[in-house]
Amino acid sequence: MAKKVIDKINDTSRELGYVKICHVCGTHEWAITHYGIRSLLPKNVDVIAGPGCPVCVTPASEIDESIKLAENGAVIACYGDMLRVPGSHGSLLDAKAEGADIRVVYSVSDVVKMARQEPNREFVFFAIGFETTAPSTAIEVLRGPPKNLSFLVSHRLIPPAMELLVGIGDLHIDGFIAPGHVSTIIGLKPYEIFPRAYRMPTVVAGFEPLDILFAIYMILRQIKRGEARLENEYMRVVSWDGNIKAQEFMNKAYNVVDGNWRGLGKLPLSALRLSEKYSKFDAREKFGVKVEEGEDIHPGCQCHLIMIGKIKPPECPLYMRACTPQRPIGACMVSMEGTCRIWAKHQIKNYEI
Amino acid sequence: MCLAIPARVVDINGNKAKVDFGEGIMREVDVTLVNVKVGEYVLVHAGYAIQVLSPDEAEETIKLWNELLEFEKQQPKMR
Ligand code: SF4
Repeated sequence: MAKKVIDKINDTSRELGYVKICHVCGTHEWAITHYGIRSLLPKNVDVIAGPGCPVCVTPASEIDESIKLAENGAVIACYGDMLRVPGSHGSLLDAKAEGADIRVVYSVSDVVKMARQEPNREFVFFAIGFETTAPSTAIEVLRGPPKNLSFLVSHRLIPPAMELLVGIGDLHIDGFIAPGHVSTIIGLKPYEIFPRAYRMPTVVAGFEPLDILFAIYMILRQIKRGEARLENEYMRVVSWDGNIKAQEFMNKAYNVVDGNWRGLGKLPLSALRLSEKYSKFDAREKFGVKVEEGEDIHPGCQCHLIMIGKIKPPECPLYMRACTPQRPIGACMVSMEGTCRIWAKHQIKNYEI
Repeated sequence: MCLAIPARVVDINGNKAKVDFGEGIMREVDVTLVNVKVGEYVLVHAGYAIQVLSPDEAEETIKLWNELLEFEKQQPKMR
C-alpha cells in the first residue's frame, strides 16, 4: 500500500513546483525521520517541522521559575525531558546536583500521590505540554489537590503557533499536517481558520508511516485541484468536536492568556494559566515567584529557526559538533521530541532538497 | 510528550482502570475523560485515557485509504 500512495504522491506533485508541508508535532517528526519519509518523497516536496515539541517551546523564564521554587525548598515534579532543558543559568538537573529535590514523574497523578504521602513537604508540579496533556492537569486541579501541592502551569496551545507560522512571510508554507493527539482533544473545529482565512490545506494525521504518507497525498491533491480544505485522515481517533469532556475540564480550570514560546516571543492567546477560582493552587501566586526575562537561546544555537522549520538541524553549525544528545546546547537537542535530537539519534548528517 | 499509546481496559474501578499495553505491561490509568467498558481499547497519554478506540473506526481508516487510492482512476484525467 505504501508504494501505491507514493506513486500517487509522485503523480500528483509532478507539475506542482516546490511544495512545502509543515507539521507541528514532535511525534510526527519522529515518525517522518524514523521511517525515512522525506527520502521517499519527490524532490519538489519538502516536509518541515514546526514548534511541536512541548519541552522545547517552554521558555527559559519558566524553567527559571521552577528552579527558583526548588531553591525555596519545594519539591519540583516534572516530566522526564524537562530535567536537562536549559534555563537562563542552568537546568533543573543542575539544581538537582546542587541538592534541590527534583522528581521525574510519568503522570500528574503520581505527584498527587507523592504529595499525600509526604504532607510535610511542599510539592509543585511543573505542568508543561499542549492540549493533549493540559486536560490531565485540569482534572487534578478540579478534583481538589492536597494542600501541599500547587501547579506551575506552562501549558501551550497549538493553533496559535500555527497562526504564527502562516504569518511568517518568508516561510511560504503550502499546507499543514495537523497533530493527531492534540486533535483528539480539540477536534477539527479549531483548524477551520487555516483553509478559510489563509487558504491553507490542512489535514489531521495519525502517526503510522501510512497515515503521514496519506496526509501528504491529501494535501497535494488539494493543491493540485486549487482547493484549501480541512480534512481528517485520523478519523479512527479524531472527531469534529474532539473530547468534549476534556475541553470542559480545561475551560473550568484555565484562562487562555498570551504566552512566551522559547525563541519565538510572545504569541497572543497561546498559553494556559489557572483561572481565578483555582488561583490558590497556582504556584506562582502561592509562593510569589518573580523572575527576570529569560535567556532562551544560547549563543550560536539556532533553535529559534529549527522550531519554525526555517532550517534543518545540519544547517546549525553546532549540530553534532559542540551540540550532541550527550551534551546538548539547545532545547531542541534535549527533548526526545526536539528536531535536533531526533535527527541526531538517527545519525542524519546532511540533508538536501 | 504528545505520544499516546493504545491499551486494552482490563478492569474499571471508579475513575481508575487497569489497562494492558500488551506484552504483559499493565498500568493503572485515569479514565475520567472517556466512557469506556472493560475489553475496549483506549488511547493513553501520561496516565490518562484521552479517547476510546473502536474497531469500526479502524475499518473506516482502511476504507478511507482505499478510496484515496482508487479515487482518481474513476475520473477522467484533469489537466
Ligand atoms: S544543533 Fe544544538 S545548538 Fe544547533 S539548533 Fe539544535 S539544539 Fe541548538
